[in-house]
Amino acid sequence: MSDVALRMEQIYKKFRKGEIYNSLRDLIPALTGKMFKGDDLNTKDKREFWALQDINFEVKQGESLGIIGHNGAGKSTALKILSRIMRPTKGRMIVNGRLSALIEVTAGFHPDLTGMENIFLHGTILGMNKREIQSKLEQIIAFSGIEEFIETPVKRYSSGMYARLGFSVAAHVDPEVLIVDEVLSVGDFVFQQKCMDRIRAVIKSGTTVLFVSHNLKAVTEICQRAMLLDHGKILALGETDAVARKYLELGSKPSATLESKAAYISKVRVRDRAGEQATFESGATAWVDVEVTAREKVDKLAVVIWFTDEKDYIIFHTSTERLGYAPFSLQPGGTYKCTFELSLNIAHGTFHLVTEIYRYDIQKSYDRHDPATTVFIGSTTAVGGAVNCFPRLIESETAAPSTQSCEV
Amino acid sequence: MNQELRELYKYRELLFMITYRDIKVRYKQSIMGFFWAILMPILIVMSGVVVRYAYAMVSHNPLKTADIASVAVKSVPWAFIVSSIRFTCNSLTGNRDLVVKIYFPKEIFPMAAVLACLFDFFVAFSALTILLVFMKVGVSIYLLWVPVLLFVMVLFCLGIGMIMSAASLFFRDVKYIVEVFLTFGIFFTPVFYDVHMFGAMGKWLFLNPVAPILDGLAAAIIRHQSPELHWFMYSLVFSLAAFLSGFVLFKHLEPAFAESI
Repeated sequence: MSDVALRMEQIYKKFRKGEIYNSLRDLIPALTGKMFKGDDLNTKDKREFWALQDINFEVKQGESLGIIGHNGAGKSTALKILSRIMRPTKGRMIVNGRLSALIEVTAGFHPDLTGMENIFLHGTILGMNKREIQSKLEQIIAFSGIEEFIETPVKRYSSGMYARLGFSVAAHVDPEVLIVDEVLSVGDFVFQQKCMDRIRAVIKSGTTVLFVSHNLKAVTEICQRAMLLDHGKILALGETDAVARKYLELGSKPSATLESKAAYISKVRVRDRAGEQATFESGATAWVDVEVTAREKVDKLAVVIWFTDEKDYIIFHTSTERLGYAPFSLQPGGTYKCTFELSLNIAHGTFHLVTEIYRYDIQKSYDRHDPATTVFIGSTTAVGGAVNCFPRLIESETAAPSTQSCEV
Repeated sequence: MNQELRELYKYRELLFMITYRDIKVRYKQSIMGFFWAILMPILIVMSGVVVRYAYAMVSHNPLKTADIASVAVKSVPWAFIVSSIRFTCNSLTGNRDLVVKIYFPKEIFPMAAVLACLFDFFVAFSALTILLVFMKVGVSIYLLWVPVLLFVMVLFCLGIGMIMSAASLFFRDVKYIVEVFLTFGIFFTPVFYDVHMFGAMGKWLFLNPVAPILDGLAAAIIRHQSPELHWFMYSLVFSLAAFLSGFVLFKHLEPAFAESI
């Protein structure tokens, strides 16, 4: 047996846009029209598009590959072809071993059946046999954390409980190849962490994992390699960090054309002592250089910078004006340069730096780069969340139960 | 095809699971529970009795117990055929999420629909057996024909079911057309009447592949004789052909399901 778990060779997938004949009432007149008048049957809608073009990649056994890309890039189509739900228009594909997909983890549920019955139903749909489910039943129920409602019909579950039970079943299939598609959006934060831990454990046990997500942080944490899809083509394939950066560049193209702006950000650079840098240690010092160029005469400007996390949540922001610098004015062709010094007390993760030229008194934005650049923060301290408070454990003690405690 | 049948065998547990789900959900949803399984057969038997009574009045032949028993024996399988074909029509479109998101042999859906109806059929058939005992219909060696005839009937429904489930996935109005055929099909099938009532013309009614099966059941259970062998062979060949062509067609169309549903 080869060590290749998955391989796609020159996979193409074509879709028809718009309506097709989905009732005999429409089809039969069209057919007779064709017979008597020579109409082309396909005139109703001939437009086609390629959802995937020339997709070639290989995943070795035990490897984890992330697939990223904007909506409509072809990620889901690729997964559906891999899981054999759709057939490619052209091309060849190899899958070695039992494949299981964490796509829409509650698809197999029936609302009228109880949680317990649905575990068996969904488990069977995902390819387990009865004995297998029986042996994992305890684990599945414990993982979902809804022991008390296991005999309740799932239609009475909250959407979070529903999703948790679905994920619990799906996560216990033990496949040789696991496809994960955006399941991390289910449940609350604690459950999401539980899911991530489970996926990490699955990877550690030697399972090949294909991970599709918009959550770059999760992809960079889990996958060694990544593939960037855009309009059905592979734009980048390789080290996760490099591919993630390429993905962010795709989204950072300036929205308006430069010519239409009175003043624009002509340069943004994040650097450390050695020069331009994208990866920093948590707690390190970074310098952000911003250069503004004016095309017309502009007054009372300030430069604003902020960091957002993966969910576009602003974790920090500042501006020249906030830091006590008077607003500046520029003549046509003039430039303004400033440098911010930042202590990156940020926790491990991927953060976007956004820059903007702003006039506070009339609240006008002249130019904005969103994101101007992206930084990856590495951390040796094991912390979660957005900031790094550099914790140290200075005392740890276990107390024996006091003798007065009553036994029940 | 060999490979496809082997894959279906591999997924047999899922087939039983989906069947179990369909049965369970149906009985959970209706307050009537098991009464549901015999409601439609009872209605058909009762309308059959009314029709036979009218016939007896016109022809001045008194209505015999055997006639009522014969109507009952043919009505219960007819109810099965109607409901299984009706349920297969929705079996794929009603499980959209599973068709689009998870891979497994999709013929499981129409097959499970037929099996779930078969469960109802056996419930109704048990009730019928009790009725027949009261009618003192009697037992004979010809009862051995019953499982054979029922097998042909299920084969027929599976074949038609696979074709119809795929057809209604691609064309949404197929189920309305099927419904019309199922409603009026009873007039073209010897359920309320017997083929011999038509004299020489009656043979033409056997061209309906369901007719020899129903008539054969009545023959084996009520009249204690073999079905007409050549017509039985006709039904058998027809049902086998329906099953095989249905399976091949279904498998041929299956890759397009996820995009077209």
